[in-house]
Amino acid sequence: MNDTVEVPLYRLVHARAGDKGNRLNLAVICYDPACYPALAAQLTAERVAAIFASRRPTKVVRYDLPKLHAFNFVLDDVLEGGVNASLGLDGHGKGLSFLLLGSTVRLDKALASRKLADVVEIAADSRSDAQA
Amino acid sequence: MIRSVAGVSDLPTALIGCAAGFAADRTDAGIPIVRTLRERQGPRFLIYETLGERTLALSQIERRRDPARGYNPSLARFVEPILGDCLAGGIKIVGNFGAANPRAAGELLAGMAKRLGFPSARIAVVEGDDLSAALSPDEFAARETGGALLGARPPIIAANVYLGAAPIAEALDRGADIVVTGRVGDPSLALGPLLHTFGWAPDDWRRLACGTLAGHLLECGSQVTGGYFADPGIKDVPGMDTLGYPIAEIDADGGIVITKPEGTGGRVDRRTVTEQLLYEIHDPAAYLTPDVVLGITEVELAEIGPDRVRVTGARGTPRPETLKATVCIDSGLLAEAEISYAGPNAAARARLAIETVRKRMARRAPTLRTRADAIGLMSIHGDTDGTALDASTQTAMDVRVRFAAEAMEREPLELLNLEVEALYCAGPAGGGGVRARITPRLASASCLIERELVHPTVSFVGAER
Repeated sequence: MNDTVEVPLYRLVHARAGDKGNRLNLAVICYDPACYPALAAQLTAERVAAIFASRRPTKVVRYDLPKLHAFNFVLDDVLEGGVNASLGLDGHGKGLSFLLLGSTVRLDKALASRKLADVVEIAADSRSDAQA
Repeated sequence: MIRSVAGVSDLPTALIGCAAGFAADRTDAGIPIVRTLRERQGPRFLIYETLGERTLALSQIERRRDPARGYNPSLARFVEPILGDCLAGGIKIVGNFGAANPRAAGELLAGMAKRLGFPSARIAVVEGDDLSAALSPDEFAARETGGALLGARPPIIAANVYLGAAPIAEALDRGADIVVTGRVGDPSLALGPLLHTFGWAPDDWRRLACGTLAGHLLECGSQVTGGYFADPGIKDVPGMDTLGYPIAEIDADGGIVITKPEGTGGRVDRRTVTEQLLYEIHDPAAYLTPDVVLGITEVELAEIGPDRVRVTGARGTPRPETLKATVCIDSGLLAEAEISYAGPNAAARARLAIETVRKRMARRAPTLRTRADAIGLMSIHGDTDGTALDASTQTAMDVRVRFAAEAMEREPLELLNLEVEALYCAGPAGGGGVRARITPRLASASCLIERELVHPTVSFVGAER
């Protein structure tokens, strides 16, 4: 663990929440494809279930989308009944993507030293490649 | 219709803009799309997706109150600014803004077209999604999936099945300038125009999947062009106040490019498109629609120009045997009451207010389950049992306490609202800004309906047509 550092997820991925009934899906997308394997190892369905423990998920499934450097998490029964039944303000669970993004993973120091700004630059480079 | 053209490669690219992704979306989003579409040639369409899961039930309640209403309340605001340009420029409009009353919406649009100088505009109405008279409560209950809300045979407010793209294509084939629908699969709003344009076979699953994918990317409007995306300093979006809504360019083989009108805010890149690609998806290998089962696990995105993303790799497998219907029932009442605390020790005063109301409600309405949030400390990520709020050590200078409860009858809910208002005098120091309300609730169930029970119809507004 000496060669690793703790990194907040929002530095590594972006995410969007969607709802259907009492089920939430979280699209989690790597800024930097280089982080995909590390996240695949650490951001397991079990880990996401633990992050959402206070919402008592009955089932969490992770679908992998390596071509998009993305994961799709599906969490059952975490919306307190969903938009029609929840007593909460955000029955859709739209803000729950940021509950995930507030969590952390441990990354290799070298990988972690690629700061968010660098990653954005890398993305911009690949974009001009695609245009060429 | 262009179906007689022989060679697939000879067919022009279809352009589909989406000017609304939900019922309360920006009403001026269509203007830049139509400006762009008018500069282009070929088959061009403008779609509106304005029908969330509950929206239709609310529209049905509205229709019962006034039989002339029950369509999207913003219909005129959405369409009036662009209708003349669309009719003059050959841009067809397709929208599910008919909600619970597509015919009344069609008549409103016919009147609007006439006023704008287009008395012979052809306005088609797609019906047959409303199953409330077609099946009995027992028959719905027998078809419920993923729950048992209908087991007690509650009175049904609305029961609508998701129709597919075929009736939309039929309406366009028959010369419609505008197609008004109620409940249809959201991506079907885009697939219908593509079936009409390219004449894809009903079992050409790969192309149907491509059209459905285009529809899925379009159906939430700006959510693919920078809406629901911005996180300042982390992933910025230029021009949030002038977001360009999406335009998809789709060729006869199902090739897709997502872009947006020139001169608008927002962004279209791998990131915005990936977020929308996975939005409300469960198994990425099997996204069920009335028209096809779409698989997106092999989808690849390429940024091919500024605000242009090419989307390839959609997989299609045969459509589901059954159609999904959403059945809405009355679910009682929701009470919400709020009060604010600010300044030093605000968090402690807010927590004391919660404790005070909880103790009193436990004595006065012991069976009522009451939720408390402390907005500013823990609310959105909290839970109804309050475990996340209890565990939070967060402090703040400005906290809004919110209580919520639901019941079938008003009495305990009014009691809760009065207890919160009583905090003005009998609560912690400095509590202010009480707001309290009681609103009706709806619950929805999903049913799987055999296709032979569903009979979509296409008709035109005005008997002479």
